Amino acid sequence: MRAPYQLLGLGLAVGLAARPATSADLRDLYFGEALYHAYQGQFFEAIQRLDTELAQYRDLDEPGRDTLTYHIHDAEFSVGDFELNYRMHLRAGRAIKAVLEGAVDPAVRNEAAYRLARIHFQKDQLDDARQALDRIEGPVPEAIRDDVEFLRANIEMATGRPGDAVKVLEQLHGGESLAGFTAYNLGIALLQDGRQHEAVEQLDKAGRLAPGDDAGLAIRDKSNLVLGSILSESGNVDRAQQSLDRIRLDGPFSNQALLRAGWAEASAERFDRALVPWNILVDREPTDVAVQEALLAAPHAYASLNVHGRAAVMYQRALELFGSQIERVDASIARIGEGRFLDALIREEIRQDEDWVIRLRSLPDAPETYYLMELMASHDFQTALHNYLDLEDLRSKLITWKTGFDSFDDIIRLRGQNYEPLLPEVDAQFRELDSRMRLRLEQRKHLGRRLQAMLTAPRPDQLATAEERIAGDRLDLIDKQLGGSDDPASVELRERAAHLRGALTWRLETEYHARLTAAHEHLIELNVHVDALTREYEAFVRTRQAATHSYVGYDVDLARLRERVGDALGRVDSVMARQGHIIETVAIKRLQARRERLVAQQTQARYAVADSYDRAARASSESR
Amino acid sequence: MVAIALLLLGSARGWAQQNDQKEMRGLDDEVQEIKSDVLAISAELSRLEEKLLFPSGTQVAVFVALAKGDTMRLDAVRLQIDGQLVAHYIYSAKELEALRKGGVQRVYVGNVTTGDHKLEVLIDGKLDSGTDVSRTEHFAFRKDVKPKLLGLTVAGANTPITLGDW
Repeated sequence: MRAPYQLLGLGLAVGLAARPATSADLRDLYFGEALYHAYQGQFFEAIQRLDTELAQYRDLDEPGRDTLTYHIHDAEFSVGDFELNYRMHLRAGRAIKAVLEGAVDPAVRNEAAYRLARIHFQKDQLDDARQALDRIEGPVPEAIRDDVEFLRANIEMATGRPGDAVKVLEQLHGGESLAGFTAYNLGIALLQDGRQHEAVEQLDKAGRLAPGDDAGLAIRDKSNLVLGSILSESGNVDRAQQSLDRIRLDGPFSNQALLRAGWAEASAERFDRALVPWNILVDREPTDVAVQEALLAAPHAYASLNVHGRAAVMYQRALELFGSQIERVDASIARIGEGRFLDALIREEIRQDEDWVIRLRSLPDAPETYYLMELMASHDFQTALHNYLDLEDLRSKLITWKTGFDSFDDIIRLRGQNYEPLLPEVDAQFRELDSRMRLRLEQRKHLGRRLQAMLTAPRPDQLATAEERIAGDRLDLIDKQLGGSDDPASVELRERAAHLRGALTWRLETEYHARLTAAHEHLIELNVHVDALTREYEAFVRTRQAATHSYVGYDVDLARLRERVGDALGRVDSVMARQGHIIETVAIKRLQARRERLVAQQTQARYAVADSYDRAARASSESR
Repeated sequence: MVAIALLLLGSARGWAQQNDQKEMRGLDDEVQEIKSDVLAISAELSRLEEKLLFPSGTQVAVFVALAKGDTMRLDAVRLQIDGQLVAHYIYSAKELEALRKGGVQRVYVGNVTTGDHKLEVLIDGKLDSGTDVSRTEHFAFRKDVKPKLLGLTVAGANTPITLGDW
C-alpha cells in the first residue's frame, strides 16, 4: 500500500497570459485587420499583416501622417504579443528589446520591460527576468501594475526566495482576475518560507475566495487541495476534510480531492467514512491515476472493516481493470509506434477548439491520448505538440504556395499574349499624339510668356484682333499705293487713311487693359483644358506602364520565391519528422512508466484477491 | 542494494527526461527560425500577389467593422460594386467575436477603374431581442491613383451603416 500522505506538487500559479493590445478608437484598418486575425488565434496571419504594416510605416518620410501613428505603441507591443502567442519567443524578445532601447515614454518603456521579463520567466531564464524587471523606473501603466508585482513574486519564488515573494505578495491587492492566484501563491510562499501556520491560514483564505471565472474556481480548488493535504499530513483530519469538501466534484481537482479525502479518513482509521469518497472515485474514468489508486484503496478499507468478501470482489474487479488497462496501454504504445498518435493530432476538427489538448482525450479511435493527459499538461510537451501542429500548418501553406506559382506563371503568360500584339500599335499612336500635344503645350507656354512680358512692356498691337490686323495691313497698303502724290484726291485719301489708323490705334490703346485682362482670363481657361489633358496623359502613361508591369519583371522574383518555398518545405519536413519522433518517444516512455505502475498495482491486486478470499473463507468457516 | 538500484533507475530516468527536454527545446529554437523564414516568404508573396493581382492603380479594398459596443449578431454581408456582386460573406461565431472585440475584417479586395463608382452594402443579422435585421445602404466613392480603402462600420438597431474613406 502506498503511503497515504503525499504532499502535492506545489507548482506556482502563473496567470500571465499575453493578450493583444487593443485600442479605444481604431484609426488604422490594417492594424484592425491584424487584431481580427489575432482574436481568432490566427497568429501567423496577424504577425504577417502587422509586420508588413510596421515595415511600411518605418519606411515613410513622414510617418506622423500615417494612420498607424495613432496606434504605433500598441502595434509594436501587439506584434510581440502575437509572436509570443505563436511561440516565437526569440523574435518577441527582440521586438520588445527594440522598444525598450528606443526613445519612448517611460511608461511605454516600463511596459516593455515587464513584457520582456515575462518572456524570460516563461523560458525559465530567471536572472534575465529579474534584470528586465529591474529596468522598470518611474510610472508604470495602471493596467499592468499588479501584473508586474505578481511576476516579481513569481520570480522570487522560482529563485528560492520565498520570504521576498511573501513581502511582494502581501503588498499586492490585485484586481479580481489575479486575486485567487495571489492568495494561493502567498500561501505557497509562506509554506516554502517555513511559516506553516500562516501558510495554512492563507490557503484557507484562498480556498474561500469568491471565484470570478473558471480559472478562479480552479485555483480555489487547488488551494483547498493543497490545504487539505497539509492538514491531513499534520493529523488535523477534520479540518482537512472541511477543506477538501469545498472542492467541486466536477472540477479538474475532484479526483485528487476524493482520493485525499479518503486517505484523511483512513489515517484516522475511519475506514467506513473513507469508503464514501473512494466508492465515488472507483466508478470514474479508469485511466486516471487517482481512480486507479482508489481501486486498491477501497477494498483495502473494506478489508480493514473485516468485510473480506466485498474486499475480494473489489480486488478482483481491480485486477481485471488493471489487466484491461495494461492491454490498452500496450495498444496505445503500438499505435504510437505506427504513427497514429501524430495522425490524430493533426485532425482538423481537433484544432477548431482553443482547448484542443483537453479535447484530445475525447478523440475516438485514439486510446493513446487517454494516458497522456498528464504529460500533455507539461509546458515542454505542449510546446512540442503545438510546434508539431504549427509545422503542419506551415507545411500546408508552403504546399499551397508551391502550387500557386503555376497560376502566377499562367497569369503572366496570358497577359503577355494579350498585350504584346497590341502594344506596338498603341505606342505608335501614342507617340504621334504625344508630339502634337507637346507642340500645343509649347505654344501655350509661349503665349503665357508674351502676356507676362506685356505686363511690364505694353504692346497693344499684339492684342489686335484678326480684323484689326487686316484693317491695319490694308491701311499700310493704301499708304504705299498713294505714295508721295500731291494731287488733291490722294491727299484727301491719305488724310482719311490717317484718320482711320488713328481710330484703330485709339481703340487698341484704350481697350488695351481690358484686352490684356481678357487674354489672361482666356489663358487661365486654357489651363483647365491643359490640366485635364495632362491628367489624361499621365493616366495613359500609368496605364501603359501598368500594362507592362502586369507581366514583365516577375521572373527573377518568382524563381527566387520558388526556391525559398522549396527550401522551407524541405526544412519543415525534416524538423517535423524530428519533432514527431521526440513526441512519440516521450509519449511511449510515459506510457511505459504508466504500464510499470499498472503492472505493480496488478500484482498487488492479485495477491490481495487471494488474501481476501482466504480471509473471507476463514471468516465464513469461523462463523459456522 | 534495492535502494541503490532504484536511485540509479531514478537518475537514469531523470537524465533521459532531461535529454528529451533538451532536445525538445533545441527543436523549439529551430521551429522558431522556420516560422520566421516562412513569415518572410509569406510577406514577399503577399507583396508580389498584390503587385500582380491588385496593383495600386486599380486596387479597392473593403473592410468591415462592428460599431463599438454593438451587440447585433452579424450573419452576413453582401457587397455590390457598380451592380456586380463582389462579396457575400457569412460569419462564423469566432469571426463575429473577433469583430466584436474590435477587429476589422478585409472582406473584399479587387480592382476597379479610376473614376466614380457605386457601392451597395447589404447586411443580415439579428438583434438581441431576436428581431431579424436586413438592411441595404448605397454609397458612392471615387477611385484615383492610390489604392482605395473603404471602411464599413455596421451597427444594429436603427443605426445606419457608415462608410469611412481611408
